[in-house]
Amino acid sequence: MKLIGRKIYKGIAEAEAIVTKDGISFYGGIDPDTGKVVEVGHELEGQTISGKVLVFPSGKGSTVGSYTMYRMMKNKNAPAAIVNKEIDTIIAVGCIISEIPCVDKIEIDKIKTGQNLIVNGMEGTVEVK
Amino acid sequence: MMKLTTEEQEMLEGKYGKAAKKSMEILTTLGDIFEADSMVKVYGVQIAGVSYANLGEAGLEFLSEMAEDGKVRVLTTLNPAGMDRENWQALGIDEEFAKNQNRVIDAFAKMGIITTCSCTPYLIGNTPHYGQHLAWAESSAVCYANSVIGARTNREGGPSALASAITGKTPNYGYHLDANRYSQVHFKVNTPIRGTDQFGILGKIIGDKLVEIGKKIPYISGIPIATIEELKSFCASVATYGGTALFHMEEITPEYDRYPKPSDNVFKIDKDDMNQARLELIDEDSEIDFVSIGCPHASIHEIATIAELLEGKKIKKEFWITTARPTKKLADAAGYSKLIEDAGAKFAADTCCVVAPIKGRFKGIMVDSAKACYYGRAKNKFKVRIGTLEQCVEEAIK
Repeated sequence: MKLIGRKIYKGIAEAEAIVTKDGISFYGGIDPDTGKVVEVGHELEGQTISGKVLVFPSGKGSTVGSYTMYRMMKNKNAPAAIVNKEIDTIIAVGCIISEIPCVDKIEIDKIKTGQNLIVNGMEGTVEVK
Repeated sequence: MMKLTTEEQEMLEGKYGKAAKKSMEILTTLGDIFEADSMVKVYGVQIAGVSYANLGEAGLEFLSEMAEDGKVRVLTTLNPAGMDRENWQALGIDEEFAKNQNRVIDAFAKMGIITTCSCTPYLIGNTPHYGQHLAWAESSAVCYANSVIGARTNREGGPSALASAITGKTPNYGYHLDANRYSQVHFKVNTPIRGTDQFGILGKIIGDKLVEIGKKIPYISGIPIATIEELKSFCASVATYGGTALFHMEEITPEYDRYPKPSDNVFKIDKDDMNQARLELIDEDSEIDFVSIGCPHASIHEIATIAELLEGKKIKKEFWITTARPTKKLADAAGYSKLIEDAGAKFAADTCCVVAPIKGRFKGIMVDSAKACYYGRAKNKFKVRIGTLEQCVEEAIK
Protein backbone atom coordinates (compact mmCIF):
# COMPACT_ATOMS: atom_id res chain seq x y z
CA MET A 1 0.00 0.00 0.00
CA LYS A 2 1.34 3.40 -0.99
CA LEU A 3 -0.04 6.47 0.76
CA ILE A 4 0.36 9.80 -1.01
CA GLY A 5 0.88 13.00 0.94
CA ARG A 6 2.99 16.13 0.77
CA LYS A 7 6.77 16.37 0.91
CA ILE A 8 8.11 18.37 3.84
CA TYR A 9 11.78 17.42 4.04
CA LYS A 10 13.87 15.41 1.60
CA GLY A 11 15.44 12.01 2.20
CA ILE A 12 14.35 8.36 2.15
CA ALA A 13 14.10 6.17 5.22
CA GLU A 14 12.99 2.58 5.75
CA ALA A 15 12.10 1.59 9.30
CA GLU A 16 9.48 0.21 11.67
CA ALA A 17 6.47 2.42 12.42
CA ILE A 18 5.52 3.65 15.88
CA VAL A 19 2.05 5.20 15.71
CA THR A 20 0.09 7.38 18.12
CA LYS A 21 -3.16 9.32 17.99
CA ASP A 22 -1.73 11.86 20.48
CA GLY A 23 0.14 15.03 19.53
CA ILE A 24 3.86 15.16 20.34
CA SER A 25 5.82 17.87 22.11
CA PHE A 26 9.53 17.19 21.62
CA TYR A 27 10.37 19.81 24.25
CA GLY A 28 9.51 18.30 27.61
CA GLY A 29 7.64 15.37 26.07
CA ILE A 30 10.63 13.36 24.88
CA ASP A 31 13.96 12.77 26.60
CA PRO A 32 16.57 13.73 23.97
CA ASP A 33 19.24 11.62 25.67
CA THR A 34 17.30 8.34 25.61
CA GLY A 35 14.72 8.86 22.84
CA LYS A 36 11.95 7.84 25.27
CA VAL A 37 8.53 9.49 25.47
CA VAL A 38 8.32 10.95 28.98
CA GLU A 39 5.08 12.95 28.79
CA VAL A 40 2.86 11.69 31.60
CA GLY A 41 -0.32 10.08 30.27
CA HIS A 42 0.89 10.04 26.62
CA GLU A 43 -0.15 6.99 24.63
CA LEU A 44 3.54 6.21 23.96
CA GLU A 45 4.81 7.01 27.48
CA GLY A 46 7.91 4.93 28.21
CA GLN A 47 8.43 3.82 24.60
CA THR A 48 11.47 4.64 22.47
CA ILE A 49 11.09 6.47 19.16
CA SER A 50 14.77 6.37 18.09
CA GLY A 51 15.42 4.90 14.66
CA LYS A 52 11.69 4.41 13.98
CA VAL A 53 9.24 6.14 11.69
CA LEU A 54 7.29 8.26 14.14
CA VAL A 55 3.67 8.60 12.99
CA PHE A 56 1.43 11.12 14.79
CA PRO A 57 -1.24 13.70 13.95
CA SER A 58 0.64 16.94 14.63
CA GLY A 59 3.19 18.66 16.87
CA LYS A 60 2.29 20.64 19.97
CA GLY A 61 3.98 22.62 22.74
CA SER A 62 7.02 24.90 22.87
CA THR A 63 8.92 26.00 19.78
CA VAL A 64 12.12 24.89 21.55
CA GLY A 65 11.03 21.43 20.38
CA SER A 66 12.81 22.00 17.04
CA TYR A 67 16.14 22.20 18.90
CA THR A 68 15.26 19.08 20.89
CA MET A 69 14.95 17.23 17.58
CA TYR A 70 18.35 18.57 16.50
CA ARG A 71 19.79 17.41 19.82
CA MET A 72 18.39 13.90 19.24
CA MET A 73 19.96 13.82 15.79
CA LYS A 74 23.34 14.76 17.28
CA ASN A 75 22.84 12.08 19.95
CA LYS A 76 22.09 9.60 17.15
CA ASN A 77 18.68 8.71 18.57
CA ALA A 78 16.33 10.78 16.42
CA PRO A 79 13.44 9.09 14.62
CA ALA A 80 14.39 7.72 11.16
CA ALA A 81 11.52 9.69 9.61
CA ILE A 82 8.36 11.55 10.60
CA VAL A 83 4.87 11.13 9.17
CA ASN A 84 2.12 13.58 10.18
CA LYS A 85 -1.52 14.10 9.41
CA GLU A 86 -0.99 17.88 9.43
CA ILE A 87 2.48 19.31 9.98
CA ASP A 88 3.06 22.27 12.32
CA THR A 89 5.93 24.76 12.35
CA ILE A 90 7.87 23.18 15.23
CA ILE A 91 8.09 19.73 13.65
CA ALA A 92 8.74 21.11 10.13
CA VAL A 93 11.63 23.29 11.31
CA GLY A 94 12.94 20.46 13.50
CA CYS A 95 13.04 18.13 10.47
CA ILE A 96 14.80 20.71 8.29
CA ILE A 97 17.57 21.56 10.75
CA SER A 98 18.00 17.90 11.81
CA GLU A 99 17.67 16.56 8.23
CA ILE A 100 14.95 14.04 9.09
CA PRO A 101 12.84 12.90 6.10
CA CYS A 102 9.27 14.06 6.62
CA VAL A 103 5.90 13.72 4.87
CA ASP A 104 2.47 15.04 5.91
CA LYS A 105 -1.15 14.94 4.73
CA ILE A 106 -1.13 11.16 5.23
CA GLU A 107 -4.11 9.15 6.49
CA ILE A 108 -2.22 7.98 9.52
CA ASP A 109 -4.94 5.65 10.82
CA LYS A 110 -4.06 3.33 7.95
CA ILE A 111 -0.65 2.72 9.54
CA LYS A 112 -0.13 0.34 12.48
CA THR A 113 2.74 0.18 14.96
CA GLY A 114 5.27 -2.45 13.93
CA GLN A 115 4.66 -2.21 10.18
CA ASN A 116 7.69 -1.63 8.01
CA LEU A 117 7.51 1.72 6.16
CA ILE A 118 9.44 3.43 3.39
CA VAL A 119 9.11 7.21 3.73
CA ASN A 120 10.08 9.16 0.63
CA GLY A 121 10.55 12.83 1.43
CA MET A 122 11.25 13.75 -2.20
CA GLU A 123 7.96 12.35 -3.53
CA GLY A 124 5.87 12.84 -0.39
CA THR A 125 4.88 9.19 -0.13
CA VAL A 126 4.73 6.49 2.54
CA GLU A 127 4.86 2.85 1.44
CA VAL A 128 3.54 0.25 3.86
CA LYS A 129 5.41 -3.03 3.25
CA MET B 1 5.46 26.63 -4.79
CA MET B 2 6.46 30.15 -3.83
CA LYS B 3 7.69 32.69 -6.28
CA LEU B 4 11.23 33.65 -5.30
CA THR B 5 13.29 36.65 -6.38
CA THR B 6 16.67 36.03 -8.00
CA GLU B 7 18.43 36.86 -4.74
CA GLU B 8 16.20 34.53 -2.72
CA GLN B 9 16.78 31.74 -5.25
CA GLU B 10 20.54 32.30 -5.05
CA MET B 11 20.42 32.14 -1.26
CA LEU B 12 18.64 28.79 -1.55
CA GLU B 13 21.32 27.55 -3.94
CA GLY B 14 24.08 28.48 -1.51
CA LYS B 15 25.59 31.51 -3.29
CA TYR B 16 25.32 33.54 -0.07
CA GLY B 17 26.90 30.87 2.13
CA LYS B 18 25.83 27.94 4.29
CA ALA B 19 23.81 29.81 6.90
CA ALA B 20 21.80 31.73 4.29
CA LYS B 21 21.16 28.45 2.41
CA LYS B 22 19.88 26.65 5.53
CA SER B 23 17.83 29.74 6.43
CA MET B 24 16.20 29.96 3.01
CA GLU B 25 15.50 26.21 3.17
CA ILE B 26 13.61 26.72 6.43
CA LEU B 27 11.66 29.72 5.08
CA THR B 28 10.72 28.24 1.69
CA THR B 29 9.59 25.00 3.33
CA LEU B 30 7.39 26.92 5.78
CA GLY B 31 6.14 29.10 2.93
CA ASP B 32 5.15 26.04 0.91
CA ILE B 33 3.45 24.39 3.89
CA PHE B 34 1.38 27.48 4.66
CA GLU B 35 0.80 28.32 0.99
CA ALA B 36 2.57 31.68 0.93
CA ASP B 37 2.80 33.18 -2.55
CA SER B 38 6.11 34.95 -1.93
CA MET B 39 8.51 36.29 0.67
CA VAL B 40 8.07 39.65 2.35
CA LYS B 41 10.84 41.90 3.71
CA VAL B 42 10.98 42.18 7.49
CA TYR B 43 11.84 45.32 9.44
CA GLY B 44 13.13 43.50 12.49
CA VAL B 45 13.53 40.17 14.25
CA GLN B 46 13.21 38.98 17.84
CA ILE B 47 14.84 35.63 18.56
CA ALA B 48 13.79 33.12 21.22
CA GLY B 49 15.56 29.99 22.41
CA VAL B 50 18.42 31.65 24.28
CA SER B 51 18.55 29.86 27.63
CA TYR B 52 21.24 27.18 27.68
CA ALA B 53 18.88 25.14 29.86
CA ASN B 54 16.55 24.79 26.86
CA LEU B 55 19.07 24.68 24.01
CA GLY B 56 21.57 22.24 25.46
CA GLU B 57 24.83 21.40 23.74
CA ALA B 58 23.11 20.45 20.46
CA GLY B 59 21.18 23.70 20.19
CA LEU B 60 24.43 25.55 20.83
CA GLU B 61 26.09 23.47 18.13
CA PHE B 62 23.37 24.46 15.64
CA LEU B 63 23.85 28.15 16.49
CA SER B 64 27.63 27.84 16.23
CA GLU B 65 27.31 26.26 12.78
CA MET B 66 25.02 29.10 11.67
CA ALA B 67 27.47 31.64 13.12
CA GLU B 68 30.34 30.28 10.98
CA ASP B 69 29.23 32.42 8.02
CA GLY B 70 25.81 33.80 9.05
CA LYS B 71 25.28 37.54 9.50
CA VAL B 72 21.97 39.25 10.19
CA ARG B 73 20.61 41.68 7.59
CA VAL B 74 18.03 43.44 9.79
CA LEU B 75 17.67 44.80 13.34
CA THR B 76 17.68 41.70 15.53
CA THR B 77 17.33 41.37 19.30
CA LEU B 78 17.34 38.46 21.71
CA ASN B 79 14.98 36.91 24.26
CA PRO B 80 15.98 36.51 27.94
CA ALA B 81 18.83 34.16 28.77
CA GLY B 82 19.06 31.73 31.69
CA MET B 83 20.92 34.19 33.89
CA ASP B 84 21.87 37.80 34.60
CA ARG B 85 25.10 38.25 32.64
CA GLU B 86 26.70 40.47 35.29
CA ASN B 87 25.06 39.44 38.55
CA TRP B 88 24.68 35.65 38.07
CA GLN B 89 26.71 34.65 41.12
CA ALA B 90 24.56 36.65 43.54
CA LEU B 91 21.47 34.98 42.06
CA GLY B 92 22.79 31.48 42.74
CA ILE B 93 23.63 30.37 39.19
CA ASP B 94 26.49 27.84 38.99
CA GLU B 95 29.68 28.52 37.11
CA GLU B 96 29.36 25.72 34.55
CA PHE B 97 25.91 26.99 33.49
CA ALA B 98 27.21 30.57 33.29
CA LYS B 99 30.06 29.50 31.02
CA ASN B 100 27.72 27.67 28.66
CA GLN B 101 25.15 30.47 28.67
CA ASN B 102 27.84 32.91 27.60
CA ARG B 103 28.87 30.59 24.74
CA VAL B 104 25.27 30.78 23.47
CA ILE B 105 25.17 34.57 23.69
CA ASP B 106 28.57 34.86 22.00
CA ALA B 107 27.30 32.77 19.06
CA PHE B 108 24.37 35.16 18.63
CA ALA B 109 26.63 38.21 18.95
CA LYS B 110 28.96 36.81 16.27
CA MET B 111 26.04 36.92 13.82
CA GLY B 112 25.47 40.61 14.53
CA ILE B 113 22.51 40.16 16.84
CA ILE B 114 22.10 42.76 19.59
CA THR B 115 22.22 40.68 22.76
CA THR B 116 19.47 42.56 24.60
CA CYS B 117 18.23 39.39 26.33
CA SER B 118 14.76 40.77 26.91
CA CYS B 119 11.19 39.67 26.21
CA THR B 120 10.14 43.31 25.74
CA PRO B 121 12.08 44.39 22.63
CA TYR B 122 9.41 47.04 22.00
CA LEU B 123 10.46 48.87 25.19
CA ILE B 124 14.15 49.05 24.33
CA GLY B 125 14.54 50.07 20.72
CA ASN B 126 13.39 47.14 18.60
CA THR B 127 10.23 49.16 18.17
CA PRO B 128 8.31 48.61 14.97
CA HIS B 129 5.60 50.87 13.61
CA TYR B 130 2.04 50.13 12.52
CA GLY B 131 1.85 47.88 9.47
CA GLN B 132 5.51 46.80 9.36
CA HIS B 133 6.32 43.14 8.78
CA LEU B 134 8.39 41.33 11.40
CA ALA B 135 9.59 37.85 12.26
CA TRP B 136 9.30 37.69 16.02
CA ALA B 137 9.51 34.79 18.41
CA GLU B 138 8.51 35.24 22.09
CA SER B 139 4.76 34.78 22.31
CA SER B 140 4.05 37.82 24.52
CA ALA B 141 6.01 40.19 22.27
CA VAL B 142 4.35 38.73 19.15
CA CYS B 143 0.94 39.45 20.67
CA TYR B 144 2.05 42.98 21.63
CA ALA B 145 3.48 43.76 18.19
CA ASN B 146 0.42 42.50 16.30
CA SER B 147 -2.22 43.89 18.62
CA VAL B 148 -0.94 46.96 20.45
CA ILE B 149 1.34 48.26 17.68
CA GLY B 150 -0.51 46.89 14.66
CA ALA B 151 2.67 45.46 13.11
CA ARG B 152 2.53 42.05 11.46
CA THR B 153 4.24 38.86 12.56
CA ASN B 154 3.53 35.16 12.87
CA ARG B 155 4.53 33.29 16.02
CA GLU B 156 8.03 32.28 15.01
CA GLY B 157 10.23 29.72 16.71
CA GLY B 158 13.93 30.25 17.42
CA PRO B 159 15.28 28.77 14.16
CA SER B 160 12.71 30.39 11.84
CA ALA B 161 13.27 33.81 13.44
CA LEU B 162 17.03 33.38 13.03
CA ALA B 163 16.47 32.37 9.40
CA SER B 164 14.56 35.62 8.82
CA ALA B 165 17.30 37.65 10.50
CA ILE B 166 19.94 36.15 8.18
CA THR B 167 17.88 36.55 4.99
CA GLY B 168 15.83 39.64 5.91
CA LYS B 169 12.70 37.81 4.68
CA THR B 170 9.73 35.84 5.92
CA PRO B 171 7.09 33.91 3.96
CA ASN B 172 3.96 35.99 3.38
CA TYR B 173 1.18 34.04 5.14
CA GLY B 174 -0.84 34.04 8.36
CA TYR B 175 -0.86 37.31 10.28
CA HIS B 176 0.97 39.11 7.47
CA LEU B 177 -2.26 39.05 5.46
CA ASP B 178 -5.39 41.16 6.10
CA ALA B 179 -7.60 38.12 5.58
CA ASN B 180 -6.22 36.44 8.70
CA ARG B 181 -6.50 39.42 11.07
CA TYR B 182 -10.28 39.49 11.55
CA SER B 183 -11.59 38.90 15.06
CA GLN B 184 -13.76 35.81 15.50
CA VAL B 185 -15.27 36.20 18.93
CA HIS B 186 -16.41 39.17 21.01
CA PHE B 187 -15.72 39.49 24.74
CA LYS B 188 -17.72 42.21 26.53
CA VAL B 189 -16.06 43.18 29.78
CA ASN B 190 -18.63 44.43 32.30
CA THR B 191 -16.37 45.17 35.24
CA PRO B 192 -13.51 47.62 35.76
CA ILE B 193 -10.07 46.14 34.98
CA ARG B 194 -7.06 47.85 36.54
CA GLY B 195 -3.47 46.90 37.25
CA THR B 196 -1.11 44.32 35.74
CA ASP B 197 -2.58 41.51 37.84
CA GLN B 198 -6.16 42.14 36.70
CA PHE B 199 -5.17 42.50 33.06
CA GLY B 200 -3.30 39.18 33.41
CA ILE B 201 -6.35 37.53 34.95
CA LEU B 202 -8.52 38.86 32.11
CA GLY B 203 -6.00 37.37 29.65
CA LYS B 204 -6.37 33.99 31.32
CA ILE B 205 -10.19 34.10 31.13
CA ILE B 206 -10.13 35.02 27.44
CA GLY B 207 -7.27 32.63 26.62
CA ASP B 208 -8.94 29.67 28.32
CA LYS B 209 -12.23 30.42 26.55
CA LEU B 210 -10.54 30.69 23.13
CA VAL B 211 -8.96 27.25 23.59
CA GLU B 212 -12.32 25.81 24.71
CA ILE B 213 -14.18 27.09 21.63
CA GLY B 214 -11.27 26.62 19.23
CA LYS B 215 -10.93 30.27 18.15
CA LYS B 216 -7.86 32.47 17.86
CA ILE B 217 -8.56 36.19 17.56
CA PRO B 218 -10.72 37.98 20.15
CA TYR B 219 -12.38 41.38 19.98
CA ILE B 220 -12.56 42.91 23.44
CA SER B 221 -14.82 45.79 24.48
CA GLY B 222 -15.51 47.52 27.77
CA ILE B 223 -11.94 48.55 28.61
CA PRO B 224 -11.91 52.39 28.62
CA ILE B 225 -8.17 52.83 29.11
CA ALA B 226 -5.02 50.75 29.51
CA THR B 227 -1.35 51.44 30.25
CA ILE B 228 1.62 49.92 28.40
CA GLU B 229 2.34 47.82 31.51
CA GLU B 230 -1.23 46.53 31.70
CA LEU B 231 -1.22 45.68 28.00
CA LYS B 232 2.09 43.82 28.19
CA SER B 233 0.72 41.77 31.10
CA PHE B 234 -2.46 41.04 29.14
CA CYS B 235 -0.49 40.03 26.02
CA ALA B 236 1.71 37.63 28.00
CA SER B 237 -1.29 36.02 29.65
CA VAL B 238 -3.59 35.67 26.64
CA ALA B 239 -0.65 34.26 24.63
CA THR B 240 0.20 31.76 27.39
CA TYR B 241 -3.32 30.49 28.08
CA GLY B 242 -4.86 30.92 24.63
CA GLY B 243 -1.94 30.76 22.20
CA THR B 244 -3.23 34.14 21.01
CA ALA B 245 -1.04 36.15 18.63
CA LEU B 246 -3.51 38.97 17.92
CA PHE B 247 -6.45 40.66 19.61
CA HIS B 248 -8.40 43.81 18.96
CA MET B 249 -9.46 46.04 21.88
CA GLU B 250 -12.11 48.67 21.27
CA GLU B 251 -10.74 52.25 21.29
CA ILE B 252 -7.37 50.90 22.53
CA THR B 253 -5.61 48.99 19.73
CA PRO B 254 -5.03 50.57 16.31
CA GLU B 255 -6.81 47.99 14.13
CA TYR B 256 -9.96 47.60 16.23
CA ASP B 257 -12.23 49.19 13.60
CA ARG B 258 -10.29 48.09 10.54
CA TYR B 259 -12.26 44.82 10.28
CA PRO B 260 -15.92 44.06 11.03
CA LYS B 261 -16.77 43.19 14.63
CA PRO B 262 -17.95 39.58 15.13
CA SER B 263 -21.74 39.53 15.54
CA ASP B 264 -22.08 35.98 16.90
CA ASN B 265 -19.87 34.30 19.51
CA VAL B 266 -20.40 36.98 22.15
CA PHE B 267 -19.31 36.32 25.73
CA LYS B 268 -19.69 38.53 28.79
CA ILE B 269 -17.05 38.82 31.49
CA ASP B 270 -18.20 40.15 34.86
CA LYS B 271 -16.85 40.56 38.36
CA ASP B 272 -17.62 36.95 39.35
CA ASP B 273 -15.62 35.61 36.40
CA MET B 274 -12.67 37.78 37.46
CA ASN B 275 -12.90 36.61 41.08
CA GLN B 276 -13.14 32.98 40.04
CA ALA B 277 -10.13 33.24 37.72
CA ARG B 278 -8.12 35.01 40.42
CA LEU B 279 -8.77 32.10 42.79
CA GLU B 280 -7.41 29.73 40.13
CA LEU B 281 -4.11 31.63 40.34
CA ILE B 282 -3.82 31.36 44.10
CA ASP B 283 -2.74 27.98 45.45
CA GLU B 284 -4.14 27.13 48.84
CA ASP B 285 -1.52 26.29 51.44
CA SER B 286 1.03 28.37 49.52
CA GLU B 287 3.97 29.36 51.66
CA ILE B 288 5.57 32.32 49.86
CA ASP B 289 9.38 32.50 50.04
CA PHE B 290 10.01 34.22 46.68
CA VAL B 291 8.55 37.37 45.13
CA SER B 292 9.17 38.44 41.56
CA ILE B 293 8.07 41.37 39.43
CA GLY B 294 8.87 41.66 35.74
CA CYS B 295 7.03 39.07 33.63
CA PRO B 296 7.19 40.41 30.96
CA HIS B 297 10.30 42.47 31.82
CA ALA B 298 9.58 45.42 34.14
CA SER B 299 9.36 48.87 32.57
CA ILE B 300 11.14 51.89 34.06
CA HIS B 301 7.73 53.04 35.33
CA GLU B 302 7.21 49.80 37.26
CA ILE B 303 10.73 50.01 38.68
CA ALA B 304 10.09 53.60 39.82
CA THR B 305 6.95 52.43 41.64
CA ILE B 306 8.82 49.56 43.33
CA ALA B 307 11.61 51.94 44.40
CA GLU B 308 9.08 54.28 45.96
CA LEU B 309 7.39 51.43 47.85
CA LEU B 310 10.71 50.02 49.09
CA GLU B 311 12.35 53.28 50.12
CA GLY B 312 13.72 52.95 53.67
CA LYS B 313 12.30 49.40 54.07
CA LYS B 314 14.00 46.00 54.45
CA ILE B 315 12.69 42.95 52.66
CA LYS B 316 12.51 39.56 54.42
CA LYS B 317 12.01 37.30 51.40
CA GLU B 318 13.97 36.73 48.22
CA PHE B 319 12.70 39.44 45.83
CA TRP B 320 13.75 39.64 42.16
CA ILE B 321 12.97 42.38 39.71
CA THR B 322 13.49 40.99 36.23
CA THR B 323 14.12 43.54 33.51
CA ALA B 324 16.06 44.41 30.38
CA ARG B 325 19.66 45.58 30.84
CA PRO B 326 19.02 49.03 29.27
CA THR B 327 16.07 49.56 31.64
CA LYS B 328 18.28 48.56 34.56
CA LYS B 329 20.87 51.14 33.47
CA LEU B 330 18.17 53.79 33.38
CA ALA B 331 17.12 52.75 36.89
CA ASP B 332 20.77 53.04 38.02
CA ALA B 333 21.01 56.57 36.63
CA ALA B 334 17.71 57.62 38.20
CA GLY B 335 18.74 56.32 41.62
CA TYR B 336 15.97 53.68 41.73
CA SER B 337 18.40 50.75 41.77
CA LYS B 338 20.08 52.01 44.93
CA LEU B 339 16.76 52.36 46.79
CA ILE B 340 15.74 48.86 45.69
CA GLU B 341 19.07 47.21 46.45
CA ASP B 342 19.41 48.99 49.81
CA ALA B 343 16.10 47.37 50.77
CA GLY B 344 17.65 43.97 49.96
CA ALA B 345 15.82 43.25 46.70
CA LYS B 346 17.81 42.07 43.66
CA PHE B 347 17.77 42.92 40.00
CA ALA B 348 17.89 40.01 37.59
CA ALA B 349 18.53 41.65 34.23
CA ASP B 350 18.83 39.65 30.98
CA THR B 351 16.79 36.80 32.46
CA CYS B 352 13.44 35.93 34.05
CA CYS B 353 11.72 33.42 36.27
CA VAL B 354 10.46 31.45 33.25
CA VAL B 355 13.89 30.67 31.75
CA ALA B 356 16.33 30.81 34.70
CA PRO B 357 17.27 27.37 36.10
CA ILE B 358 15.50 27.84 39.47
CA LYS B 359 13.32 24.72 39.56
CA GLY B 360 12.79 23.56 43.14
CA ARG B 361 14.77 26.42 44.70
CA PHE B 362 11.70 28.00 46.25
CA LYS B 363 8.42 26.73 47.72
CA GLY B 364 6.01 29.47 46.75
CA ILE B 365 6.23 32.46 44.40
CA MET B 366 4.16 35.64 44.53
CA VAL B 367 3.85 37.61 41.31
CA ASP B 368 1.64 40.20 39.58
CA SER B 369 1.71 38.19 36.34
CA ALA B 370 -0.69 35.45 35.23
CA LYS B 371 1.96 34.15 32.81
CA ALA B 372 4.48 33.80 35.64
CA CYS B 373 1.87 31.77 37.57
CA TYR B 374 1.56 29.33 34.69
CA TYR B 375 5.30 28.71 34.33
CA GLY B 376 5.91 28.88 38.09
CA ARG B 377 3.65 25.87 38.43
CA ALA B 378 4.37 23.96 35.22
CA LYS B 379 8.11 24.43 34.89
CA ASN B 380 9.44 25.25 38.35
CA LYS B 381 6.97 23.28 40.51
CA PHE B 382 6.29 26.26 42.78
CA LYS B 383 3.05 27.07 44.56
CA VAL B 384 1.83 30.40 43.21
CA ARG B 385 -0.10 33.46 44.33
CA ILE B 386 -1.11 36.43 42.19
CA GLY B 387 -1.55 39.94 43.59
CA THR B 388 -1.13 43.58 42.66
CA LEU B 389 2.37 44.99 42.36
CA GLU B 390 1.83 46.73 45.72
CA GLN B 391 0.72 43.45 47.38
CA CYS B 392 3.81 41.72 46.00
CA VAL B 393 6.09 44.34 47.55
CA GLU B 394 4.17 44.09 50.86
CA GLU B 395 4.62 40.32 50.85
CA ALA B 396 8.37 40.71 50.38
CA ILE B 397 8.58 43.08 53.36
CA LYS B 398 6.30 41.03 55.63
